[in-house]
Amino acid sequence: MEITAIYYLIPALIMFCCGVYGFITRKNMIAILISLELMLNAVDINFAVFNRFLFPEAMEGMFFTLFAIAIAAAETAIAIAIIINIYRAAKNIDVRSLNEMKF
Amino acid sequence: MDYSQFLAMKQEIGLLVVFLLVFLYDTFMPKKALKGIPAFTTVLMILATAAGFCSHALGSASHQVAFAGMYETSTVISAIKNILNVGVVIVLIQSARWAGSEFMAVRRGEFYELLLVTLFGMYLMVSARHFLVFVIGLECASLPLAAMVALEKNHYESHEAAVKYILTAVFSSAVFLMGLSFVYGLSGSLYFNRIYYALTAVEGPMLVAALAFVIAGVGFKLSLVPFHLWTADVYQGAPTSVTSYLSVISKGSAAFAFMVILCQVFGSFYSQVWEWMLYALIILTITVGNLFAIRQRNMKRFLAFSSVSQAGYIMLGIIAYNAMGVAAMMYYILVYIFSNLAAFGVIGAIENATGRLSMDDYRGLYKTNPRLSVAMMLAMFSLAGIPPFAGFFSKFFIFTSAINQGSVAIYVLVLIALINTIVSLYYYLLVVKAMFISEDECVIPAFRSSFGERLGLWITVAGILLLGLVSCFYTGLLDMTAADGFLNMYFIG
Repeated sequence: MEITAIYYLIPALIMFCCGVYGFITRKNMIAILISLELMLNAVDINFAVFNRFLFPEAMEGMFFTLFAIAIAAAETAIAIAIIINIYRAAKNIDVRSLNEMKF
Repeated sequence: MDYSQFLAMKQEIGLLVVFLLVFLYDTFMPKKALKGIPAFTTVLMILATAAGFCSHALGSASHQVAFAGMYETSTVISAIKNILNVGVVIVLIQSARWAGSEFMAVRRGEFYELLLVTLFGMYLMVSARHFLVFVIGLECASLPLAAMVALEKNHYESHEAAVKYILTAVFSSAVFLMGLSFVYGLSGSLYFNRIYYALTAVEGPMLVAALAFVIAGVGFKLSLVPFHLWTADVYQGAPTSVTSYLSVISKGSAAFAFMVILCQVFGSFYSQVWEWMLYALIILTITVGNLFAIRQRNMKRFLAFSSVSQAGYIMLGIIAYNAMGVAAMMYYILVYIFSNLAAFGVIGAIENATGRLSMDDYRGLYKTNPRLSVAMMLAMFSLAGIPPFAGFFSKFFIFTSAINQGSVAIYVLVLIALINTIVSLYYYLLVVKAMFISEDECVIPAFRSSFGERLGLWITVAGILLLGLVSCFYTGLLDMTAADGFLNMYFIG
């Protein structure tokens, strides 16, 4: 059996959808952050696979993946810092407690 | 490697120099001298802005490409950067009092450094001709903003706003990157012009999905309607100076970058795909923004929804899909910077003096603070588009450019936008009514605002009065976009 691009793309898509689902349903902010990380990693897989299977003559997709990983790390760092601030102020990290402002 | 191509990035490098000087000042100067950071940054930024205008006047802002086509600059692109610079200078002048306060003593430098970094990211977004550079610019422009939103450590709202902002920002950038990976899979390149040519032969659902994802990702930054839910909360929770920065500069740069992506990368699908996507987005954005603005009592929340609907008007310049649309959009952004910053200037002055933010607090303001009320009134008239003020002319040009596109659907769209202008008049005038006609027992007492706040208001009011009546601003922009051949190249498809 030959492993083609589709064997990588489908799991990536499933990962992305899981991330979206988790982002919408999770109540814990860290869990939301993990869901976001799933989505970003699905994108990374997509880029690497498209590069490897469809356009192997240039390395654009691979390099994009590298940069995307770095950007995702930066995003997580800032989000964690803000969540720690919330924890100090409200003593929990439940999204349902973020209800000072609405409508 | 040819190092001379860095010269094409002279505006970015100038900004980087400003950033480094501020950073060194913040790090190495003695504690006593740190009170001077606001003035120091403002002066440097004014110099950078002046340098930008000088290079424009001397004609050295011509078309240049650097790094194998990853970066492009031209007269129009450097003009939009100059417009952003002007807005940033006004924001810096207005925020001097807040940044100079005792509470900000520890993080005074951080505010200015983060602001300059985000501005750098916006420059990259506008100039990028390769998606890697664009994504770096986009993240550079949105991640430090989350830290800026969280600057007011003692306010719980500030943290709440920041977490809402960062989570939705990361979500939208993940969606955007997903769309980008589809684009890469379809075209095999990340250069804007190569994607354009590779995509001419492509059609099908994957392309539509890719476009929808990309539009959703950038639409978040612009707070177009299905993606606008963060706007009101973030604007309300963030410190007022950060809110004003977020509402004009961030939005203006994102609008221009959005135009570049849609026209240059997806230009060949204008009539098949994205004209209709934008069509629906514009109607939703203007209408929903207006309807939600009517019921707001908090001034910052009110201006948040007003800025949502203004983003819809800015989009009209993109759907016009011609050189005049670009000029009208840039002019709209310029006028929007002045009118919105005037409104935020008044709100910030009142908040700094009394801590009050509700529209009900503004009742009878004219009796105690007539000059602030008049400035606010002019800002509201300009945002609503009442004739002698600049807002009327910007709306006029953006409608005209859209109508020039010529199809019946666009006529209907402009009609809907016009009707919405009338709806918006109602809520803008609610503020004016509260200030001039209503009476209240606990009126905000008369106070004298700081020098920076007054200077900022004088500049913005002068802009509101002059930008429309002095015709050289818009004729200059129109001539410039018409003469910029590299821009017109995008509108062939």
